[in-house]
Amino acid sequence: MKKITTNQIFWPLAAFIVLLVYNAFFAKNFFKISILDGHLYGNLIDILKNFAPLALLSIGMTLVIATGGVDISVGSVVAISGAIACSIIDGRLGIFDHSFVAALILALLSGIACGLWNGFLVAKVKIQPMVATLILMTAGRGIAQLITKGKIVTINSAPMMKEYYFLGAGYFLGLPFAFFIVVAVFTIVMILVKRTAFGLFLQSLGTNPKSSRLSGIKVDRIKLVVYTISGLMASIAGILISSNIKGADCNNAGLFIELDAILSVAIGGNSLNGGRFMIPASIVGALFVQCLTTTVYALGVPPEAISLLKAIVILVLCLFQSDSFRQKVFKGTGRWRKGADAA
Amino acid sequence: MKIMKKILSILLVVMMVVGLAACGQEAQPAATGGNGPNPAAPSEPAQKGNDRLVVGFAQIGQESGWRDAETWSILNAAEEMGVDLKFSDGQQKQENQIKAIRSFIQQGVDVIGVAPVVETGWETVFKEAKDAGIPIVLVDRMAAVSDDLYACFIGSDFILEGQNACKEMARLLNNKGNIVELQGTVGASAATDRMKGFAEELKNYPDMKIIASQTGDFTRAKGKEVMEAFLKAHPGEINGVYAHNDDMALGAIEAIKDAGLKPGVDIKIVSIDGVKAIFEAMVAGEANVTVECNPLLGPQFFQVCKDLKEGKQVPKWVKSEEGIYRQETAAEDIKTRKY
Repeated sequence: MKKITTNQIFWPLAAFIVLLVYNAFFAKNFFKISILDGHLYGNLIDILKNFAPLALLSIGMTLVIATGGVDISVGSVVAISGAIACSIIDGRLGIFDHSFVAALILALLSGIACGLWNGFLVAKVKIQPMVATLILMTAGRGIAQLITKGKIVTINSAPMMKEYYFLGAGYFLGLPFAFFIVVAVFTIVMILVKRTAFGLFLQSLGTNPKSSRLSGIKVDRIKLVVYTISGLMASIAGILISSNIKGADCNNAGLFIELDAILSVAIGGNSLNGGRFMIPASIVGALFVQCLTTTVYALGVPPEAISLLKAIVILVLCLFQSDSFRQKVFKGTGRWRKGADAA
Repeated sequence: MKIMKKILSILLVVMMVVGLAACGQEAQPAATGGNGPNPAAPSEPAQKGNDRLVVGFAQIGQESGWRDAETWSILNAAEEMGVDLKFSDGQQKQENQIKAIRSFIQQGVDVIGVAPVVETGWETVFKEAKDAGIPIVLVDRMAAVSDDLYACFIGSDFILEGQNACKEMARLLNNKGNIVELQGTVGASAATDRMKGFAEELKNYPDMKIIASQTGDFTRAKGKEVMEAFLKAHPGEINGVYAHNDDMALGAIEAIKDAGLKPGVDIKIVSIDGVKAIFEAMVAGEANVTVECNPLLGPQFFQVCKDLKEGKQVPKWVKSEEGIYRQETAAEDIKTRKY
């Protein structure tokens, strides 16, 4: 029993299930899934679709946090990548006009470039990660606005609109296509982390950077790689977000999403000081965050109360995750274990 | 370390001297006064012996498509009406706007226009303008100051917009049906008043009711996400969507299409603002009505400035000229849309 509750993924998963059970009783039609135009249709499907950008960001963020850093520029990178992709699809840049492939490639390249820049500042220039990525967080939205000339780019009438819309809002085998992107990216990253030396080095770097360096691990290079991965994830997320609304909204796309990504990693039980990490747990964290949002809408919580409600739910979850809190409150009674089972 | 301290102390001294000099300048408006956005402009001659209207305008900065359109309108109207306009971009910072207003006072302009980025903290600088005998005109946003500190406010009546939206919705639904509301950002005056106006007017239509209301933060993405949840919580019950701005309506339209329904037909769409994208949606038959919130305030603004210079009475609140645009005429209207 103890083995299960101390497993990192237990608490986020338990919280997610509790939330679903709650919805089964209190949210009207929450679990209803029907078939529409050959794909599944329902709240749960929406959660799978809408959590995709956050899930991607939380994958990147987990790796960055594992090195003891943080990347708060991801929201701005989301805006840049969306701006580039939509501008090309709409034919506003003057190069590669209306080219679907060029839009994707350039958007992804922009994310890689942003990630390299962050990695360079952190690994080579040795600026603190929070400050280094703050630079791009501030400047990034400006860059995105320069690309779109401060306007919201709408691609409703562009020739490749249908293909682009498919990425973020289309369906494949009955499920949202965005979900398959998450699965694919997750698989690739898991192979990278579990089947190569990279994952081991990453963990060692977060636990003790000094001894890692002394034992011959190229610390700088690993940092450069993780920030680049984070940038790349942000650019994919940017494509999905802009695709879902058929347009690039530089002021609002990915606004404060970096906080949600960090939150997902924290809910996943990863230490923000670096070291041991578990990507699946972060993804469950992202799933929980999105499920909470959808729940709030489905329940019809008044808008003024949403932020507070979310904060309380997350506070309770974090308290349960804390070993010392559990020991203090439920010491010796054994009651909490039963409670957790029932949940 | 020692060197650092030395450099720091020198820097501090320099800053204090500069600060003092700046204070001295503010105390004597007649001084050279060239640190404003337009240093080349002559300060004194502009005031007397010149019939040309001189206006200083402190804009918030680049913020949204709506504000860009307003800026464009003011610059354009100044050129057309032959006004000597001194334009300042505040880059979303109140201190920049205050600096700009002070420099307008020093340059002795006839009227100062300002779109306040925040509501509070304007008393001191408005008082300075009043003491210098220069009227302040607030454009599109209010400032929390006493009535005697500004001459006139030009802007939209958000409550009226909400009422108009409700009337249009009643027309579309034949006075009967279930409405979902997509609110703007919680606490924003535009959201609060548009909600209030709609709710007030709704009392006249007993068979229409709002079955769900949620914030979409004025954005397309949130508008879509909230609408997706509404469609699942109230399947087949929703007859109309009332969105506090066009962008949320555009998001809702996507959600409705994804749910296999026809926006504009199965579910009527009424929103506020009048951006170009909603006209495109109306032309495509996917949206029904937009109640305009006009950013093209330039001509009205300079008319008020002219009246003020000539000493005429102006009303305390000049409501901006706003129309209601419907799907039937959208194809014609879209040609004249500037933003």
